[in-house]
Amino acid sequence: MASEVEKKAVFDIDSAKEVVQELRASFVAGKTKDYEWRRTQLKAMLKMMDENEPQIVAALRDDLSKPELESSIYEIAMLKNSCKLALKKMKHWVMPEKAKTSLATFPSSAEIVSEPLGVVLVISAWNYPLLLSLDPVIGAIAAGNAIVLKPSEISPATASLLAKLVANYMDSSCIKVVEGAVPETTALLEQKWDKIMYTGNGRIGRIVMAAAAKHLTPVVLELGGKCPVIVDSGINLQVATRRIIAGKWGCNNGQACISPDYIITTKDYAVELVRLPVYVYICNLVLFNLSSQALFILQVDSFKCELERFYGKNPLESKDLSRVVNSNHFARLLKLLDEDKVSSKIVYGGERDKSNLKIAPTILLDVPQDSLIMNEEIFGPLLPIITIDKVEDSFDLINSGTKPLAVYMFTNNKKLKEKFVEKVSAGGLVINDTTVHLAEPTLPFGGVGDSGMGAYHGKFSFDTFSHKKAVLYRSFAGDAPLRYPPYTNGKLRLLKALLGGSILGIIRALMGWSKA
Amino acid sequence: MEKSIAKLRETFKNGGTKSISWRKSQLKALLQLINQNEDSIFKALDQDLGKSPVESYRDEVGVLKKSVTYTLSCLEKWVAPKKAEVPLLFFPAKAEVMPQPLGVVLIFSSWNFPFTLALDPLIGAISAGNTVLLKPSDLAPACMSFLVETIPKYLDNKAIKVVAGGADIGERLLQLKWDKIFFTGSPRVGRLVMAAAAKHLTPVTLELGGKCPAIVDTLSTTPSKAKVTAKRIVGGKWGPCNGQACIAIDYLLVEEKLASALIELLKKTIKRFYGENIKSLKSISRIVNEHQFQRLVNLLKDPNVADSIVYGGSVDEEKLVIEPTILLDPPLDSEIMSEEIFGPLLPIITLKNIEESINFINSKSNPLVIYAFTEDETFKKRILSETSSGTVTFNDSMVQFLCDSLPFGGVGQSGFGRYHGKYSFDTFSHEKSILHRGFYPEIEPRYPPWTDFKLLFIKLAYEFDYFGLILLLLGFKRS
Repeated sequence: MASEVEKKAVFDIDSAKEVVQELRASFVAGKTKDYEWRRTQLKAMLKMMDENEPQIVAALRDDLSKPELESSIYEIAMLKNSCKLALKKMKHWVMPEKAKTSLATFPSSAEIVSEPLGVVLVISAWNYPLLLSLDPVIGAIAAGNAIVLKPSEISPATASLLAKLVANYMDSSCIKVVEGAVPETTALLEQKWDKIMYTGNGRIGRIVMAAAAKHLTPVVLELGGKCPVIVDSGINLQVATRRIIAGKWGCNNGQACISPDYIITTKDYAVELVRLPVYVYICNLVLFNLSSQALFILQVDSFKCELERFYGKNPLESKDLSRVVNSNHFARLLKLLDEDKVSSKIVYGGERDKSNLKIAPTILLDVPQDSLIMNEEIFGPLLPIITIDKVEDSFDLINSGTKPLAVYMFTNNKKLKEKFVEKVSAGGLVINDTTVHLAEPTLPFGGVGDSGMGAYHGKFSFDTFSHKKAVLYRSFAGDAPLRYPPYTNGKLRLLKALLGGSILGIIRALMGWSKA
Repeated sequence: MEKSIAKLRETFKNGGTKSISWRKSQLKALLQLINQNEDSIFKALDQDLGKSPVESYRDEVGVLKKSVTYTLSCLEKWVAPKKAEVPLLFFPAKAEVMPQPLGVVLIFSSWNFPFTLALDPLIGAISAGNTVLLKPSDLAPACMSFLVETIPKYLDNKAIKVVAGGADIGERLLQLKWDKIFFTGSPRVGRLVMAAAAKHLTPVTLELGGKCPAIVDTLSTTPSKAKVTAKRIVGGKWGPCNGQACIAIDYLLVEEKLASALIELLKKTIKRFYGENIKSLKSISRIVNEHQFQRLVNLLKDPNVADSIVYGGSVDEEKLVIEPTILLDPPLDSEIMSEEIFGPLLPIITLKNIEESINFINSKSNPLVIYAFTEDETFKKRILSETSSGTVTFNDSMVQFLCDSLPFGGVGQSGFGRYHGKYSFDTFSHEKSILHRGFYPEIEPRYPPWTDFKLLFIKLAYEFDYFGLILLLLGFKRS
């Protein structure tokens, strides 16, 4: 017993080495490559979630005060879907892909074979501690790897639960959970992995990649950024508002990498804080020909209306909002909110409850571009609205910053949509909604530039944890002497023709009719 | 230098490289550059590496022409967004993935194929719509000068630049922020490149090397097949830049009882291809420089290694020539068996049973290519599933390089990322996901306040249980 306690107390470089050695031995023995093993593990994961839903929901409530619906849907249901998709499609994913061959290598046949990379490390984040831990693991298992999962210590209840459940349900000689904080992560990063997938922030992302560089380990970095929402005129403002709210406060209270971070809309719609007029409900249905002045009032009103409808008059007491994860982040968010030039711009909300780590949904209007809140990823329940002259100006504004993980735009203008899709660079774009692209397994989910590198979800998860090995089958027939020395002009002519790919050229060369 | 890069960034920002017509015009200009300067290219390669025109055409000029032509014919297809399936639940919605250029990319190339390894990635970067800074290797100085002087005459200077210099210039470049770095070279420098890229979260493709083994299992078949095997081995070792190639055969694995027959065949083939002895050597590149020459000579200094030489071994320091050399069973812990040889020395390792080759290969780090000369289908399957490498080629050497539909890249210590054909385009692109939604219908259960009904609704929706949803809506289902 004592030695077990000691073992648990210190996970250092030697412990990390041992773990990797054990997993490598399992991998080399072929355990994880076996197709049936992969299926069994995925089924075990499904069972694990089916049989432990209440415990998972409780852990997420402990760590984040996450509402039951968010836990059930955005963590558990999404994971189960991901598992089921992998189980259903895996037999196609593992099949080699035929590749075309050209005249230059005739006769031959070619294919691309997927093979596991080996022993992989998945480091996940605290805001969706179950989803961001197990979704990559699903891809890694489907691809046939051995895995170490390092959940975030900032969501400790979920991390412990994961460690316990994975040990009980899955094959611990091939899949392990290592709990801990910076020292444990550092010990893990010193080891040689065949792939590292990290979800989190850019600062740690750089550290992960630098550590990976020592071993030439490829990495996937799912980072963040400020995801803007562009709101155009001539739209159904009520629906747009509700979708923005769902993506912002409905996703772990703004603490999600793809949450709308801030809104960009035109000055014509710039907002004045007005009371809640009742006519808003009716007018929202007939929006298209309203004057911009009216729309101007309606936008913030729309938010206020819907926010109250969703969370009540006292959002600090609503059970449908997650809390801010811990006091560090709480202090960080207050710093953003209480900055002099920003605190005067609050048009809705701003209330806070330090003992319960809650901040009410807060909207700010026209905060200065050089304020803190506009220069770091908010990751919380504060929503600045900034205004510009023309809606097209938003594209340049967004492109002038670092590339975000996602950009959202609400518009009915077809030309604007086309321009948006073409001009704005981001991990992913959604038109007339927010965040839902996450649930679309046929779309690769990942960042670009500062928002990360690599992608996953669906088959992309399988691919990201695979090596695509090129295979060329040649026969002994058709051995052209022109390949071999001694090199002559005649061979040069023939080679040129062969590489040029035209049958006529080859005939001419054979006949001696082409120039060297 | 910072000014040049700022210019590249500005050009990219202004959309100078986005249009398909710009990309095509650049690719066509590159083709013209190659066509109009073939002789100068041959001359530079001869000067730097002693490559003969046939080798230069086969491995550099021809490959590039083929690559540009193929890219030109496929570009419009590659640039088009790809539709992605959307489930009924999202209706009405449209999903697609659109490739976009990454921005300003840095390409480092190597000295052994100074044109191919510089311009083939360049083709990919241009086709994907990026601006590019190319840093060729100064260890092939004539080729580097040629590129520095000639590229500005044909390609758009505002978008494509070439920088001359050595390791110090390379280091300076690595301090700056790029949207992608493409590196071909050694694992040692690969680590430095990736570590520098990590500071800016720059994605990298590393095309490195390794010891590419060739398993020889076909000598006991017909004599004609044995002869072809020998030709392909010799062609795959000394053909590409005299063994100084990442995909050159590094060493052979063969059964004990067949070793002497193999060596005889190889000797005959070498003499026929390259000449009887070091004085009459032809149709073969030389060693690139004094440093590499000394490194290779040192590999042979170990007396146990020197003792294992069964053919060749002569060197000519003045001309930087080492003749094709075969060694039989040098000690496994010698440097020649632990380092990538990258030269004209071919160790042959004998095994009791050819199947042992799999364990032997697995005891070393993953190579870029595994070559296997065998007609045993079961053995082929075992090699495929029990070893790991960038590529596997059966019954030939080198030609996989010509196959545009096969991804070319390593795994493990031989690198990561890949290119050639469409993979070049992809490696310099960001695949942006796009989801188009309509405003209607609106699904109320998406929004709080949360109730049991909404929870059940969403659960059913996530399972795509449309029938269940209908029942729920009609009131026939309870939580």
